[in-house]
Amino acid sequence: MTEVSATDLVVLKDVNKHFGALHVLQDIDLTIARGEVVVVIGPSGSGKSTLCRAINRLETIDSGHITIDDKPLPAEGKELARLRADVGMVFQSFNLFAHRTVLENVTLGQIKVRKTDKKAAEEKARTLLDRVGVGNQADKYPAQLSGGQQQRVAIARALAMDPKVMLFDEPTSALDPEMINEVLEVMQQLARDGMTMIVVTHEMGFARSAANRVVFMADGRIVEQATPDQFFSNPRSDRAKDFLSKILHH
Amino acid sequence: MNVLLDNFALFREGFLGTVELTALSGAIALVLGVVIAAFRVSPVPPLRYFGAAWVTLLRNTPLTLLFFIAVLVLPRLGMNTWSFFQLAVLALSCYTSAFICEAVRSGINTVSLGQAEAARSLGMTFTQTLRLIILPQATRTVLPPIGSLLIALAKNSAIAGGFSVFELFSVQKTLSEQGYNIFLIFLWVAIAYLIITFFISAVFRFLETRLAVAR
Ligand SMILES: Nc1ncnc2c1ncn2[C@@H]1O[C@H](COP(=O)(O)OP(=O)(O)O)[C@@H](O)[C@H]1O
Ligand SMILES: [Mg+2]
Repeated sequence: MTEVSATDLVVLKDVNKHFGALHVLQDIDLTIARGEVVVVIGPSGSGKSTLCRAINRLETIDSGHITIDDKPLPAEGKELARLRADVGMVFQSFNLFAHRTVLENVTLGQIKVRKTDKKAAEEKARTLLDRVGVGNQADKYPAQLSGGQQQRVAIARALAMDPKVMLFDEPTSALDPEMINEVLEVMQQLARDGMTMIVVTHEMGFARSAANRVVFMADGRIVEQATPDQFFSNPRSDRAKDFLSKILHH
Repeated sequence: MNVLLDNFALFREGFLGTVELTALSGAIALVLGVVIAAFRVSPVPPLRYFGAAWVTLLRNTPLTLLFFIAVLVLPRLGMNTWSFFQLAVLALSCYTSAFICEAVRSGINTVSLGQAEAARSLGMTFTQTLRLIILPQATRTVLPPIGSLLIALAKNSAIAGGFSVFELFSVQKTLSEQGYNIFLIFLWVAIAYLIITFFISAVFRFLETRLAVAR
């Protein structure tokens, strides 16, 4: 019944989740192929964050199955921790470790989780920080950086674990407008390099230029999936038309 | 005659008794308090229940009653090789650990949830998240209340004097039986306690300023 193709990396099957009486995820079926970039879009409160968080089990689900690289999500403990190391997550509010320097933010996971030795971890961290354009900030503390710089460090921190897939939950929503592009550029480069990405964002430009597919969610359901061109120029569902007319108007 | 100089050896013995009781019980209470706080925020329900029961039981029992249990009941339940001093340390450290646990837990709650989520998404285990990310950030808020709790511990240790442990407060009993002026005895005992509590305050003020510099 479930045919799993060798290229499928993240598979959600019949996933349901409630917050009390609220049915936040309703019969979600979603398959993400290796190297694919999927943008998740939809009105506030439609369950996009919950979907992201369910994929690395920051939220538990009530029913259904989630597999990553053909392995079902483990329940708790060491197994789950190991899986999470393979799934990078970038948050809207950055969540850099406030008591650690930028460099330490990027080495900590490598050293404590991957058991990389300190020197190799620092070397890799510096390469990654250079790649996201904040190499000269390595010894500062997160609070000394601008929002855009912090978010790029957060991306480097996630990349340092060599994740199989990266989740982005509105990575630019907390940023001042002039800083949005520096973060989107890093993400675009990542997409070009072949990273598998699930990105919750309302940035059309990014969706059009980097995404293979747009998933539109409303009220806990996936209402429509299409290529970015199809979705933005010719949405099929009324919910999507309504939503697009609202966000395209400003 | 001078109470202090005539009985300096006795005062010194009492002073050291109080210092030993306080230092040992304080160290054990700190470790125990942090461990129980970890239990209370752990994802494992039995550990959470244990932590909650520990705090409720110890925080709501009068310390004197705990001393009675430690000194009179526990030896009958098999702990008959323990000295009065050891039993007193047990009572004091368990009692204080319940308060330290709650101070640490409130400190943990001041660290934003996002910090723990970021740590967990990197693949850190619960213990790593707590040890490397949460507790270091909670330390600054937790230091002042813990300082107060250790000062309270130093004063609470006087109860041990009533249970055959020689410490500062027992000095008073011995000397007043010898007919010294009771006010003078109390004055010197009080000064000795002040030395200990001022020392604890100073240590914690030092730690606070050091942490403030290191951000
Ligand atoms: N921890 C929670 N407890 C209760 N309700 C929640 C919780 N997190 C989210 N919700 C609710 O679930 C719904 C979906 O939230 P979310 O996934 O954050 O939506 P989105 O990211 O699309 O804005 C919202 O109505 C929100 O209020
Ligand atoms: Mg959201």
